[in-house]
Amino acid sequence: MLYTVSHITLVLMSLSIAICLYRVFIGPTIADRIVALDTTGINLIGFIGIIMILQDTVAYSEAILVIAILAFIGTIAFSKFLEGGVVIDRNHH
Amino acid sequence: MKTNYLMLHTITRIVTFIILSFSIYLFFAGHNSPGGGFIGGLMMASGLILLYLSFDLKTIKRVLPFDYSTLIATGLLIALLTGFNGLLFGDPFLTQYFDYFELPILGEVELTTALPFDLGVFIVVVAITLLIILTIAEDDS
Repeated sequence: MLYTVSHITLVLMSLSIAICLYRVFIGPTIADRIVALDTTGINLIGFIGIIMILQDTVAYSEAILVIAILAFIGTIAFSKFLEGGVVIDRNHH
Repeated sequence: MKTNYLMLHTITRIVTFIILSFSIYLFFAGHNSPGGGFIGGLMMASGLILLYLSFDLKTIKRVLPFDYSTLIATGLLIALLTGFNGLLFGDPFLTQYFDYFELPILGEVELTTALPFDLGVFIVVVAITLLIILTIAEDDS
């Protein structure tokens, strides 16, 4: 039962990642692409969670946190570049 | 254009401490589960990078007055001295010693000399990552 549900969820999640990647490729503005990449990262987190259930292990739990942190920091860096033109400011803004 | 970073600053003040404590957890978990000096160092570097992103170079340089090239040398020195520790007892270079100790709160713990070696790796990884990124950020074109 859990096995079947997990596999159905994996298929749905890969569909969701494919739709996000479609938005990354055709996105009219850069902001569309940034949000789509962020959502792809969130979907990857769910993907790894389902795979942890399927393989009956907790070995990937650190990888989930690492992906979450990296997606957050990457999105903030892209947004700051989009807004101000620089990623790291020199002085007070 | 005057911009207001109130939300970013507030979130950074909370999230940075979560990321830094996660990196320290990864560093100590490395002996028996995934983790270790390298990924722990990278996570601590990304937590500090979040600080640099949210605030600016001058403020963080005042808060964290570290010279990162000196830190690289310190980390390499710690790792090297841990290796030379084996030579003092007539064993080969980089021999690992371990023993079980009774600590006040933690109970029985296994302490190894692989931990200072990993600490050296940790410091070198943090310092090199931050040195590369900050050198690029400070670059005048």
